[in-house]
Amino acid sequence: MDVQTWTYLLVGITFSLYIGIAIWSRAGSTNDFYVAGGGVSPLANGMATAADWMSAASFISMAGIISFAGYDGSVYLMGWTGGYVLLALLLAPYLRKFGKFTVPDFIGDRYYSKTARIVAVICALIVSFTYVAGQMRGVGVVFSRFLEVDINTGVIIGMVIVLFYAVLGGMKGITYTQVAQYCVLIFAFMVPAIFISIQMTGNPIPQLGMGSKLNDGSGIYLLDKLNGLSTELGFAEYTDGKKSTIDVFMITLALMVGTAGLPHVIVRFFTVKRVKDARKSAGLALLLIAILYTTAPAVSVFARTNMINTVSNQEYASMPQWFKNWETTGLLAFDDKNGDGKIQYVADASKNELTVDRDIMVLANPEIANLPAWVIALVAAGGLAAALSTAAGLLLVISASVSHDLIKKVFVPTISEKGELWAARGAATVAVVIAGYFGINPPGFVAAVVALAFGLAAASFFPAIVLGIFYKKMNKEGAIAGMVIGISLMLFYMLKFKFGIFDGGKEAVAALEKDWWFGISPEGFGSVAMIVNFIVSIVIMKFTPAPPEEVQEIVEDIRIPSGAGEAVSH
Amino acid sequence: MSEKQKKASAYWKENVRYLFILLAIWFAVSYGAGILFKDTLNEIKVGGFELGFWFAQQGSIYVFVILIFVYVRLMNTLDKKYGYDE
Repeated sequence: MDVQTWTYLLVGITFSLYIGIAIWSRAGSTNDFYVAGGGVSPLANGMATAADWMSAASFISMAGIISFAGYDGSVYLMGWTGGYVLLALLLAPYLRKFGKFTVPDFIGDRYYSKTARIVAVICALIVSFTYVAGQMRGVGVVFSRFLEVDINTGVIIGMVIVLFYAVLGGMKGITYTQVAQYCVLIFAFMVPAIFISIQMTGNPIPQLGMGSKLNDGSGIYLLDKLNGLSTELGFAEYTDGKKSTIDVFMITLALMVGTAGLPHVIVRFFTVKRVKDARKSAGLALLLIAILYTTAPAVSVFARTNMINTVSNQEYASMPQWFKNWETTGLLAFDDKNGDGKIQYVADASKNELTVDRDIMVLANPEIANLPAWVIALVAAGGLAAALSTAAGLLLVISASVSHDLIKKVFVPTISEKGELWAARGAATVAVVIAGYFGINPPGFVAAVVALAFGLAAASFFPAIVLGIFYKKMNKEGAIAGMVIGISLMLFYMLKFKFGIFDGGKEAVAALEKDWWFGISPEGFGSVAMIVNFIVSIVIMKFTPAPPEEVQEIVEDIRIPSGAGEAVSH
Repeated sequence: MSEKQKKASAYWKENVRYLFILLAIWFAVSYGAGILFKDTLNEIKVGGFELGFWFAQQGSIYVFVILIFVYVRLMNTLDKKYGYDE
């Protein structure tokens, strides 16, 4: 069978599986819809969290980014895993004990204020919408390359599938489809990685293969070989990198703290039964995520070495079929500047003749390594699983923010449970349509904003939640001022240095780099804004009245793990 | 302070002490070994890996996973000690 047939087959089977699960696990109550009835086992929740977390960015883009950035790519590896340590130790157990449905629920109740709740809802909506648009785009890209449909048709197919199981099943449907999606995506990621690791180094474990000697009898370590190739072509050494130490430090911190503050991840810990299950499922989630995250840097090294070996200084006419396939998508482009018919791939932009979109490294990897057709098809199914699972998780946060935090808690407190359930379904439908629109007409800034969403989460949610748990005397004045100033500072820095709003637009951005405060990039600035948030909260708190007695009692209560009970709405 | 409150605050103190220790390790493997002292550690090679690079792309992640499971065990024991387990 050819790649096309295999792809239709595998994508068809996995999609029917997701739909089957959704029908089997329909939501009957708001409790089912928001937190899957609160009875999910730690392992199932760990798998669902892992699938929820690993988006199209983790599956498709990350290994590609690392393969071009080398050491600098470590910020994503450490940042997107280290955040789980913060989540497990500082947030998940306490938020589970608190036992509500959403993050704004916690902020609103802990800080006894509607203003705080609304600020939190706005932050959650900003973060989730920017994120979900990127996922829809990922679905479109996979469809267009592997099933040869138009990107827009791909986005619409993705929308219909997500709509079906998110609207019907709510959190319950999403949880069990995510369990299936985790299995699909991890299998799809590991199989080609293991194949290529054996091919290049003879070691079946990619994590070890990355540090092994090459299989070609030269006796050279793979990483040494890649460092040599990189410097030969004028790039930085692969294991060294170009970013300054302070910037690497700050970006890693912003990603870690941002991860811990992302509403669609936090909300998953409301679905387990007991506090100890929340701790355990955070550990399982990270273990399951780490399988992909420790393999990805190995894939980066394999793919980068393979790619340079295949194209560098070779005749354009002798390029294999995959090269032509990707050229037609526009993600790979060759421009014979010196007219010698060979491909010069070098760091110097004026001499470089090959432009490679980073996203294709994972998708094209099996083809570059000449793997069988079913493996290539599997990667397509895995990419779709990653994008769909994250999109569904985000849509749930959006719908719960609207139906629960805004409609129920602010505007129509008298709404019946049934009414709220329908409102949640309506909000999810509207959110899918908006996300699909952005997937079809991506605003130029989506990719940039997705990276910055972490900075925004770090600058707003994280300090308010941590202080709410660990600092009994923290009051609403301090928390609101901290969130507003933290997120505004981050937005200001982003607009100034990422979009050049105050200095003549996007063209001016590169020239502004030397003005970065303390040499910190916009991606890393979330760390600074977070520190400012902490300081502002504590200073304001000192000059304003202490929180009421009953709120301080709530804080004492969430610190004790027993008696968590079910998540409740009142 | 009542007996109940005393117990709760003793539990909390031990919990916070665990957090400090575990987060110190968390910081040391990622920000320490993987970023601040990367260049020094890169002088040491283990197999084909420079050590600082290994910590940044592999080692820190393994330690993170272990840290959470150690925390789970410590807290389960602590819960039992104070009678908060269920």
